[in-house]
Parts: sequence; structure tokens; C-alpha cells
Amino acid sequence: MNAPLIRDISKGDGPLVHIVNEDQVPLPPPFDKLEDEPRIPPLSDQVKQRFECNLDDTIVVNIPKAKSPAEEEELVNKFLSGLRKSFTKENNWTFLMPLVMSMEHCARCQTCNDACHIYEESGKNPLYRPTYRSEVLRRIYYKYVKEESTWVHGDVDLNWKTVSRLIELAYRCNLCRRCAQTCPIGADNALIARELRKIASQEMGIFTRELHQDGSELQLTVGSSTGMNSLVVKDNVEFIEEDTADLTGLDPEKTKIPWDKQGAEILLIHNAGEIMAWPENVGSFATLFNAAGLDWTLSSDLAAYDGINYGVFYDDMQTARTLLLHAEAARRLKVKKIVLGECGHAHKALTIIGDKILTGDMNTPRESCMPILRDIAKSGKIKWDKSRNDFPVTLHDPCNLVRLMGVNAPQREALKEVVPENRFREMTPHGVNNYCCGGGSGFAIMSGNNFADFRHHFYGRRKFRQILEAFQDEPMDKEHPKYVCAPCSNCKGQIRDIIKYYDAFEKAGIYYGGLVELMVNAMADVKPGYIDFEWH
Amino acid sequence: MAFFPHIITYIALGVFAIACIARVLMWMRMPMHLRWELYPVAHEPGNKAKYGGSYLEESDWWKKPREVSMAGELKVMVPEILFLVALWEHNRKMWVRSFPFHFGIYMVIGATVMMMGSALLGLAVPDLMAGGLGTFLHNTVLFCGAGGLGLSIFGALGLLQRRLTDPGLRDFTTVADIFNLVFFIVAFGLALVHFIAIDSDLSRSAGFLAGIVTFSPVALTGSVHEVSFTSATIILMGVLVAYIPLTHMSHFIGKYFAYHAIRWNDKPNLKGGDEEAAIGEMLTQPVSWAAKHIGADGKKTWADLATQEYKK
Repeated sequence: MNAPLIRDISKGDGPLVHIVNEDQVPLPPPFDKLEDEPRIPPLSDQVKQRFECNLDDTIVVNIPKAKSPAEEEELVNKFLSGLRKSFTKENNWTFLMPLVMSMEHCARCQTCNDACHIYEESGKNPLYRPTYRSEVLRRIYYKYVKEESTWVHGDVDLNWKTVSRLIELAYRCNLCRRCAQTCPIGADNALIARELRKIASQEMGIFTRELHQDGSELQLTVGSSTGMNSLVVKDNVEFIEEDTADLTGLDPEKTKIPWDKQGAEILLIHNAGEIMAWPENVGSFATLFNAAGLDWTLSSDLAAYDGINYGVFYDDMQTARTLLLHAEAARRLKVKKIVLGECGHAHKALTIIGDKILTGDMNTPRESCMPILRDIAKSGKIKWDKSRNDFPVTLHDPCNLVRLMGVNAPQREALKEVVPENRFREMTPHGVNNYCCGGGSGFAIMSGNNFADFRHHFYGRRKFRQILEAFQDEPMDKEHPKYVCAPCSNCKGQIRDIIKYYDAFEKAGIYYGGLVELMVNAMADVKPGYIDFEWH
Repeated sequence: MAFFPHIITYIALGVFAIACIARVLMWMRMPMHLRWELYPVAHEPGNKAKYGGSYLEESDWWKKPREVSMAGELKVMVPEILFLVALWEHNRKMWVRSFPFHFGIYMVIGATVMMMGSALLGLAVPDLMAGGLGTFLHNTVLFCGAGGLGLSIFGALGLLQRRLTDPGLRDFTTVADIFNLVFFIVAFGLALVHFIAIDSDLSRSAGFLAGIVTFSPVALTGSVHEVSFTSATIILMGVLVAYIPLTHMSHFIGKYFAYHAIRWNDKPNLKGGDEEAAIGEMLTQPVSWAAKHIGADGKKTWADLATQEYKK
């Protein structure tokens, strides 16, 4: 294994590390043979010629190669300019205090490393330590911005290799903040990864296509990162209403999805990815909300039918712009509150991040769907038949919802109402100590070059390991289906991809879905078999 | 020159106080930031603090009174400060070195404060200090002072050994990190030798500190050798006291803000609440980020840029 030192980041031309299967710890059965695991395909020569491929064996940012030393110098200066702005109130009031805290007070004790699933599952390669990129940035900051002694803060050379590698390395972190949880002092290396992404985006115009052009830009201009405008989304939702009525056997009125209802109690905002990829999730929400007699609506305003806010992963201005569109829709409809569907980062964006941005009549109260689902489950308004969910179930805790928002118990209380007690098992660890699915910070939608293979093989490996461990007391075959409840759109996408990558349904019967699907599956007046394990 | 150690001590205490106040003010004057809490949040009431729940687990949470448990915060902060619980849980190898280092410092601080307090009590109520309380305090000071110095030196040596021998730590270790640990070992080592060699009843230290705290310094007495030894110990300890808050070792201040202003700062911004004015001020900050999609010109504010129609 190559084990780069801090100062190596500015040296050499090729990748700093090559991660191979043999560096990894085997998974639990039936996936316990490293030699049987898929190999990561190499980057193509064409990609290597066009883009900076000097960090490891994948790229996600697609940074074009600088054409000349002069261009390299210009890019380095831009980076430094962005770094300076990060430490000003005007440009970075949003995160100035947490940034200064993490830059000044890290004791470099390396306590946080073992909390990181990416570092652990890489075979503990030093490059993927949460502290590595932070230490490089810290040294650059003190040497080149503050011009302080390298005796005090350590030394690193700043050149285009350093900058391009550092930007790419900012996208080897899921921003799950599990590392920050372990810091004895309160430093936050995930925050530094995000600040690096911000410097690249906000100053240098360097970002991933998935988050920017196909993400926040599409949402701000068309209305959704899926590319759906309001007409298309309404059309799709109409199909969902019909399909849900068919699947549930309920009267179509009971699966109706209201649009733009003025003065409704609840504006429900889904991640539009659900509408495209998991329509049963949207249909399940409608079934449950209608059965519970809630007064609710969707909005067809620009961006208001898509809760995603990819800005939270790389750019504060894009974050604020998207937040304002969501808030404006709620203000216009005069709803009493916004409720977020099963999407972790949408939760965090609107309830936590947006909390210090939205004021006055834009400050419509916002809450998670989990307490409402818990209340519905326990309300007695719906009759549950738990035996419909008579299969092993485990729960994935989305980081944004649990560790970063403290919404932890309601989904468990809801599950208790609809899943037989002896069928539910927790992952180890779970709750606020959970591991990220590996799709966090936007990775779940990134699949360019060979990044998807990395995402499944390294970043999602710890989650897959946890899932397998949770079901080890069950027969690991297709005939015994098992359900991973992942109440977050991005997590669900990532878990879907891991299952496919390892062929885990065929080999171990592992299936995935949201919480609302499990709830509807247990509704006594719904046709049995709402969850279809064969559809995966 | 007889009062040089006294002057250094006053300067050191002054620098320490000013640097700490400056540090506190720096953190207090930081602009408001976006929420970035991390669960568990210790002041959540009841069981929520244990499992990491929040008030956001309630439907219509904004209609309910928000409960904040100060006792819950203390339950986490006090063991964390005294026993470095996070390090115990997540990095046991470091804890066996860092805990004695830090706890030893607390004991030395405690001994110093007790010596100063004893001097003041001796002036105010001499009879009380002449009795059992005086003896008790003296013995406690002896235990904390000598024990603290020894414990801290042991911890610092352990930290130094680990920083120099563990490949993962070595790459991240700077010259200043080594210097800081060596500084502690030398200063505390000198103080310990001073105690063992010429001040085993702490009369020299207590007399010196009594002069300092009552602002009636008395010149050090004894042989030239003894005066030089005591002076050197006091000066080195004084410089260490002044040096600490000027370095990243001021994390004892930063840590309070890291927890209270960031990690546990879950205070919601309610419509018409007291935070709206501060948010308004932040949203009128001029932006100069250079990327095209930001659209900044150094004059347009966050509010201007976030609300203008977005064009690709």
C-alpha cells in the first residue's frame, strides 16, 4: 500500500495511492472472499489525458488539466484568494466560526480517523484520514495566507498538484461528520472538506457536474434536478395516483395527491428522485396522509416539488437560493408548515441550515415527516396487520436526519407499530453513531468514470458490512427476503446500487425500501403484497 | 533584581489574563453562523440527551415550550473537562498519556490556588489557619502539587514518545508540538526537583505566592544557590503560564465555544424572534466570491444574490 505523507501532496505526477482489493478486510458471508469481489476498472487513457487524475484511481470532479505553468499559477492564486475569503465575515459568515475553530484547535491527535468508514475500508490508507486534507489546508493557510512560521504549523508546498489533489480529496468525504463526533476538542474535519468544496465552487468555478450543472442549476432553472418541470411532475404524479390505487386496491380518492391547495395545513416536499425512481414512496405517503385525514398538498412552484438542495454539499449561495424557492412556495400557499419527505439532506437543508437564513413571512415552520409518521402509526386511525411484514427488517439511520438533526426515535416507534417485534433488528452501531451509507454528500448521484465502483466498493462497504451483519442469523439466500429500511432518498439510491453491485438480492435476499412502504404494506385494508420483493 | 521573579510572575499572570480575555472576546465577536449542531446534544431533556434525540422529534415542535437542561450539559462537560471522556472512548492509547498530563496540570493549578487562598485566609482568620484546616490545606497542597507535577511530566513524556514514534502522529507533528511538550517537561521537572531538593514543605513556594497574592512581595531568602534555583523555577513557570494562551493550547477556551456555540447550538430561529435582526445583518454583507454563477461584484449582498433570478 502506498502511504503518502502530508508533504507528498505537492510531489510527483501520478496518483498518490492505488487501492486494491487485497488492502481491504473481507465482508461477512456470503461475500467473504476478497478474490471474488469485483475489481475496480481503471480510468481510460482519454480521461487521463484530459483531466487531473493525480490523487488515486478515480476522479469525480473532472478538473481539466492546466495547459501551461502560467495557468497553473493563476489557478493556485485563485485558490489562495478563495481561501482568504473563507476567513472573512462578508464572504463566509455562514461558517466562519466553525472553520476557525477547526483550523486553530485541532490537536492532531488522530482520534477521529478510526471513526471514518472511508479510511477504515480503504485498508487505513493515510490519504483518506479525515485529518489529511485538513492538515494540508491548515498548513497552506498558516504558511501562505497568514505567513506564520512553518515551525509552529508545519510545512507544505503549494502548487497546482497540491490544489488539484486537495479539491479532488474534498470529494473523498461523505460529510457524515462521524469523525467530528469523536473529536475531544470539537474540531470538524468534514466541515473542512465542505469548505474546500466551497472554495473550489464559489471562487474557482470548479464543481462536480452532478451537483452543479445537473443538480442545483437544473433545480433553480427548470424546477428539479431530475429535469422535470411542473407539467411533467404533475403528469408523473397522476400515474402514481393510479398505480397506487391499483397496488393497494383502495378507492382512487384514497390515493389522491393534491396540488397547490391554498391554506393547507401541510406542504409536503418530496425528493423528486422518489417520483422518478421510487414512485411507491410517493404513493405510500399519499395513502397514509389521506387515511390519517391530514390536510396536505404538494406545490408545483419552481423547485417546490423537489426537496433536494445540493448546495448543502458544495456551495452556500446555491444552498440559499434553493432554500428561498422552497420557502417562497410555502409562503405563497399560506400553508401552516412544511413537512419533508424521506430525504435526509432536504431535512437538514430546510430545518437546520435554513433556520438562520429564513426570516419573517418566509419562515414557515418546518418539520420532518418522521414525527408525523410516528403519530399516524400510533393514532389508531389506521388498522395495522403486522404479519404482512413478517420478514427480517433493519433500519438505516440517514446521517442528515439522525446525527445532524437528532430525529432518531420516531421512525423506530413507527416501525414498532408495523413490524413484528422479533423481526426487527438494529445495525451495529446505530442511531447517532451510525455509519453513512457511502452515498452521502452527493455521492449517491455520482457515477462518472469509475467513481460508481469506488462508491460501492469503498465508501458504501461499511454500510454493506453492517447490513450483512444485521442479517447474519438469517438464511442468506434469495428465498428468505430481508428488508433494509432506508428512509432517505440518497441513502436508498446508494443501498440499491450496493445491492446491485454485489448481487445481494440474488445471493442473500437483501432488499431495500423506505419506511412508508413498510407502513402501507401493513395496512389491514390494503391488498396484501404491496411490497414486491421480486421488483428490485 | 531581588524582585525579578515577582515581576515576571505579575507579567505572566497579566499576559495570561489578557490573552485569555482576548481569546474569549474573539470567539464571542464571531459573526452568527448557520446551525451546525451534532447529536447527541447534552442539554436535550431526559432520555433524548442519551440517545441523541432532539426537539425536532416532536410534531409542531415550535408550538411547544423548549426544554433546555443545564444539568444535562454539566453532566457531560464536567467529566469531559476533568477526565477527557471523548478521548477515553475513542482513543485509549492517547488517553493514558493525555489524561495524566491534563489532570496533573489541574492538580498543580489547584495547589497554586490553594496556596494563595491559604495566604489570604491566614491574614483574614489566622486562628482558623493555625488549626486543623491549615494542616488539611497544607497536606492537600503537598499532595496536589507534587502529585500533579509528577503526573503531568509522566503524561507529557508519554505524549512526546507517542508523537515521535507513532508514524501516524509523527507526520502531523510540528516543531512547536515537540517544543511545547519539552517546555512542560522542563518547567514542571524543575519545579518537582525544586520541591524535592529545597522546598519539601512548600514553605518557599507558599511564602512567595503569599507575597504575590497580597501584593506585598518579599525577597527570596536562603543561600545564593537556593535563591537562584527558586528564581529559575518561578521564571520558567511564569513564562509557561504566559505562553499557553498564545498557542493552540488555548483550546481550553475554544472548547467551550466549540460545544456551546457550534456542536450544541440548536436554538431555533422562530418567526419574529430575537435572531431575525442578526440574520438580517448577515444577509446584507457584501459578497466578492469570484465564480461566475455567484454573480458577485463586491457590492451586491447575500440577500441580493440569493433572490435574483438564476440564469445559467
